[in-house]
Amino acid sequence: MLLSAAAPLTDAPSVRDQLQDRIRSMQATRLDERALPMLPAVAGLIPGGLRQGSVYSITGSTTLAMALIAAPSAQGAWCGVLGLPDFGTEAAAHWGIDLDRLVLVADPGRRWMTVAAAMTDVLSVVVAHSPERTSPADASRLAARLRQRGSTLIVLGDWPGADARLRVVGSGWSGLGHGYGHLTHRLLEVQADSRVGVHRKQLELAG
Amino acid sequence: MADTNPPRVMVLWIPDWPVVAARESGLLPATAPIALVARGAVTACSAEARDEGVQRGLRVREAQSRCPQLVVQPHDPAVDARAFDPVVATIEERVPGVEVLRPGLAVMRARGAARYYRGEARAAEELVQALGAYDARLGIADGVFAAEQAAYRTGVQQRSLTVPAGASAQFLAPLPIDALDDPALVALLKRLGAHSLGDFAALGAADVLARFGASGELAHARAAGHDPRMVTARTPPRELDRVVEFEPPLDQVDTVAFGYRTAADDFIAGITEAGLVCTAIRVTIAAESGAVTEREWAHPRHFTAAEVVDRIRWQLQGSGGALASPIARVQVSPERVDAISHHEAGLWGHAPDERIHHGLSRIQSMLGHEAVATAVAGGGRMLAERRVLVPWGDAPPAHAVQLAGRPWPGRLPDPPPATVFEQPRPMLVLDASGSTVTVDDRGVVSADPVWLCRESEAGRSRITSWAGPWPVHQRWWDAARRRRAHRFQVVDERGEAWLVLLEHGSWWAEARYD
Repeated sequence: MLLSAAAPLTDAPSVRDQLQDRIRSMQATRLDERALPMLPAVAGLIPGGLRQGSVYSITGSTTLAMALIAAPSAQGAWCGVLGLPDFGTEAAAHWGIDLDRLVLVADPGRRWMTVAAAMTDVLSVVVAHSPERTSPADASRLAARLRQRGSTLIVLGDWPGADARLRVVGSGWSGLGHGYGHLTHRLLEVQADSRVGVHRKQLELAG
Repeated sequence: MADTNPPRVMVLWIPDWPVVAARESGLLPATAPIALVARGAVTACSAEARDEGVQRGLRVREAQSRCPQLVVQPHDPAVDARAFDPVVATIEERVPGVEVLRPGLAVMRARGAARYYRGEARAAEELVQALGAYDARLGIADGVFAAEQAAYRTGVQQRSLTVPAGASAQFLAPLPIDALDDPALVALLKRLGAHSLGDFAALGAADVLARFGASGELAHARAAGHDPRMVTARTPPRELDRVVEFEPPLDQVDTVAFGYRTAADDFIAGITEAGLVCTAIRVTIAAESGAVTEREWAHPRHFTAAEVVDRIRWQLQGSGGALASPIARVQVSPERVDAISHHEAGLWGHAPDERIHHGLSRIQSMLGHEAVATAVAGGGRMLAERRVLVPWGDAPPAHAVQLAGRPWPGRLPDPPPATVFEQPRPMLVLDASGSTVTVDDRGVVSADPVWLCRESEAGRSRITSWAGPWPVHQRWWDAARRRRAHRFQVVDERGEAWLVLLEHGSWWAEARYD
């Protein structure tokens, strides 16, 4: 990531964070990372694919998270959902996620970190709502644990040090008129911000 | 036909057993008139209720009008069976070889007992005394049917009735034909003029077989005192329950759980010794105040001692934070068991599942039993009803699975929304002039919706496309659960799609397509 010219140089923590991000991104290439399967609808969204032991953050869409975990779940991986009491399980089943192997923890209370660590210990992919506050130290400790266990964390919201940040920058629906029809197709424009650069991709998610 | 004479049997009968069992479970008053009901009709009632004119088969409303102070409780056959078990155990200590015909009615061979106690009357007396806590009645005769009828014809003073050997036919002959437990056959026989068992028995066996078939022939043999049924004694089950009494009663959850630890080890060891594993347990906890909580806990595989202790802890915590009254007694009984050979780990083990179960149980012990769940599809018109959460380790509720299988016409078209609000969020949908959009009784929208206002965000966004109203009218007959609402799908200028609900003039967000 390049230093933005607009950022004042006196803002020491932000400069330090950005430098640390850069160091991490240069360190993080390993050979033993294995990619998880992805649905054709979202293939190519993340450069390098969805990898075991990585953290991804998504802003602006729960559906996107469902689409990402659908293929691993259909192939027999155990998935978890943390801190999302409103997670639509019917939509999850519609995407092909196996509900028998989907574990929901709606309210971790104040023990977000402990519960997230316990879940990622045993489940292959965990979708979690970001906690109110995360210190970079906690985040990197969890990331180390993920790398060791080979499980993937998808955070809905901000997460310091995510391997890729997916942000919905445009969304449109078809099928709905003025007083008639119903929602059928969705057009999503997603910006993926990872260590290899910024990519934009248009996805068409059918109903 | 002397050689086909049925063997001597004793039948033990406890009148109104379902009521006795329900009272024993501690939920019902000891003297008030009680009726147990199933499917809107009385299935059993206490003597007090019978004095007021309540009887089996009566509609609940009719029973309540005859006896306004009637205590009505749903009938649970499992309670009957469970409460009868100690009675059977007591009988087995005196007379071996007991068969339970139904809870409240047990039959045993009389010959051995009569020889051991020197006479049938003495054996009967011994049993009545052993079951002193109950109003036990005994009938002794040739054949199960005659002995059963003899037991029904005892009284509070004369607790046992012996029909001499070979006299069963004479004993049965004057009894009314209703004694045969076959309403269709009884009604037909009455119309044919056979009003007593003797009238029916007088008919030729071959004629009865030709006219009424095999079931008629069996009834005829019973009426004539030749009941072919044999006593099939049950094998007494091993005692696997473990009870711990706390004296003095304990008022801390942790101390109660700790106090049960050795008993839990013992419980699992007993089950393993019997060549079984336990897949569901029943935990009964009695407080000093007399309150009893009872719950069944299932396990995805089978219980270990530590997990039994965990269930006790959860059950105590589930009854509301601090204990209302100190705990005096904890009992754990196996509810479902399976042969241990079915649960043998494979050569390479079940490592992944084992690991997942262990990890999730750890989260449950941190956050509570209900906190970790899997989802099953439910049935219903509202989206929140279509998501049923099942705590990890429990079986999905049967009614939810049943509802999910129904067709639900008029459900939402796919795709389903990704976010379904547990509690609908308040919203506002306005028309061009800024007033709230309404739908009249004929289902006509007052004006096109133009603005969408969310409670959580200031400002409003323009609606670019919408569809609706889709009416949701359900359970108009049920005042408490009826719903009358209109659904709309709306998409705003930012491309966000919502499923909104208009109910009683206010707007709610039911779900979001995000």
